[in-house]
Amino acid sequence: MKVKLQQERYTEKLVRVKPQEKRYTLLTDISRNRSCYVMVLPALLYTLVFGYLTLPYLISAFQKFDYRTGIFDSVWVGFKNFEFFFKSKNAVIVTRNTIRLNVLFITFVTIASVALAVYLNELKNRKFSKFFQSTYLFPHFLSWIVVSYIIFGLLSTNFGIVNKIFRFFNLKTINWYATAEPWTGILVIMRIWKTAGMQAVIFLAAIVGIDKQLYEAAVIDGAGRWKQITSITLPLIAPTVAIVTLLAIGRIMYADFGMIYAIIGDNGILYPTADVIDTYLFRTLRLLGNPAQAMAVGLYQAAVGFVLVYGSNWLVRKTFKEGALF
Amino acid sequence: MNKRRNSLKRIKVSDCIIFSGLLLFSFFCLLPLILAFMVSITDEGCIQKYGYSLVPIKLSLSAYSTIFTEGAILLRSYMITIFITVTGTLGALTITGMAAYTLANKNIKYRNAMALFIFIPMVFSGGIVPWYMICRVLGLRNNLAALIIPGLLFSPFNFFLTRNFIMGIPDSLRESAKIDGAGDIRIAFQIYLPVCTPVLAAITLFYGLAYWNNWWNAIMLVDNPNMFPLQYLLLKIRTEIRMLEELRGAISIANLNLPTESLKMATAMITIGPIILLYPYLQRYLVKGLTIGSVKG
Repeated sequence: MKVKLQQERYTEKLVRVKPQEKRYTLLTDISRNRSCYVMVLPALLYTLVFGYLTLPYLISAFQKFDYRTGIFDSVWVGFKNFEFFFKSKNAVIVTRNTIRLNVLFITFVTIASVALAVYLNELKNRKFSKFFQSTYLFPHFLSWIVVSYIIFGLLSTNFGIVNKIFRFFNLKTINWYATAEPWTGILVIMRIWKTAGMQAVIFLAAIVGIDKQLYEAAVIDGAGRWKQITSITLPLIAPTVAIVTLLAIGRIMYADFGMIYAIIGDNGILYPTADVIDTYLFRTLRLLGNPAQAMAVGLYQAAVGFVLVYGSNWLVRKTFKEGALF
Repeated sequence: MNKRRNSLKRIKVSDCIIFSGLLLFSFFCLLPLILAFMVSITDEGCIQKYGYSLVPIKLSLSAYSTIFTEGAILLRSYMITIFITVTGTLGALTITGMAAYTLANKNIKYRNAMALFIFIPMVFSGGIVPWYMICRVLGLRNNLAALIIPGLLFSPFNFFLTRNFIMGIPDSLRESAKIDGAGDIRIAFQIYLPVCTPVLAAITLFYGLAYWNNWWNAIMLVDNPNMFPLQYLLLKIRTEIRMLEELRGAISIANLNLPTESLKMATAMITIGPIILLYPYLQRYLVKGLTIGSVKG
């Protein structure tokens, strides 16, 4: 009995002592793997500064912000900055343009890239397939500024190819850079030109991953090429397509600043169809020099964007589970 | 017999449709570039007379020679872009690689917490304005650091790509090196670095391209024309003809035949020159990088 008690105490002691000895905190981890932590430090610092330390500046949306006084000593103005934005008719214009352009971009780029991927997969000649893929990917490597030069080459009023063709067919030439209406279409075409090939290659990777036996079985059952595409290829790449699309929908309030500003620039005549939230924000921040108002616009953009990410994901999860992001 | 021939014929038709569709898009991708190139080698007088055209009526390399003899601003921008691309990419590779090695190491207990720390700002970030304010506070304005550090030097996306790749390498590699007495830094640089060549090549491409094509940092943080990187200079040339006048100012006024239109296109061509030269490699690693990401991410 006594022995057993002693034994119990002994084990108790062991149990009690053990976790104390083995308590493993962050500091222990650091001291044991010092060089590892040294290696990860730059990345963590960078994330801290450019990721987390930016967040306090969000409150400048409610201030009469001044660079000299910073966020701590600037005067609070409540929702005045938001008021300024929403009372001007710009709020409606830029929001509408941003969403309209992004919806058109997502729709047409997805259609084009899925079609290209399916076509590329059906093309049995590998050499041609490689060549086509090379040409499709090329625009992806160019900056939007170079693209804007190319667009200028096509649309310039006096020298442009498009007007030259119009003249050849005795059509009325258009002063493209002074007409707002066609630019929605032009931007969509350029978007397809630059990004559809890249997306097609991603989708092609998904198609190549499909089990070949499915196609063999379908051929035995008498399915033709079209039938194979519609009942095997398309349903099986649907999750990939859904994820890519969902990622894009999540950013529907964010226009591609690089694209719009490079092509449209500060050409006010084109604003009715081509001015977007990001370019408006940029002008408010850099050209008008009003950071607090720009921040208010940015906050509005982020808030609506956030709701849209969750909303669209919720919708997809309800209807089509494999395609949901989270 | 008849039926079979029919089906053969039908397949041929659908093949033709597919092939021509692909070929058409191929042309669609290449034609604008060919046009820009052709304009850059066309005689300026022809452009003024007939407009841009796909087939140059009269060849002339004067646009290029003007750039190389008189375009001092352009050449300086070129040097700046090369400098920031090389240093930025090397720095970014080091930071990303080291972080990925550490956070893929199963001996580090807090690796997942740190990965989460890096992941969160990918989803929630302050946006453009706070980013700009932080850069101002840090003094990243009108200097080369402003073109290298903010927004470009570390990409969480590339980090996770690299980390996923390293996590696919068996741990025994690290353990055996450890038993042989190598420290972590040595293991990372001497043993893991060569093994990770595929993913490093892919992220070198991603970082390099981001630096080469970047003008966001310049438009936000740099006002000094002497420090404009190539892409931003290009934007300025197009939007502000004055810049072109400055270019022209270097040449005697009597020389009225300065090739303005072809000069523009030649400048664009010179900007994408390195991309065209490196294209076969770029393309291979782009596809590789994409598939690394899609298989394991």
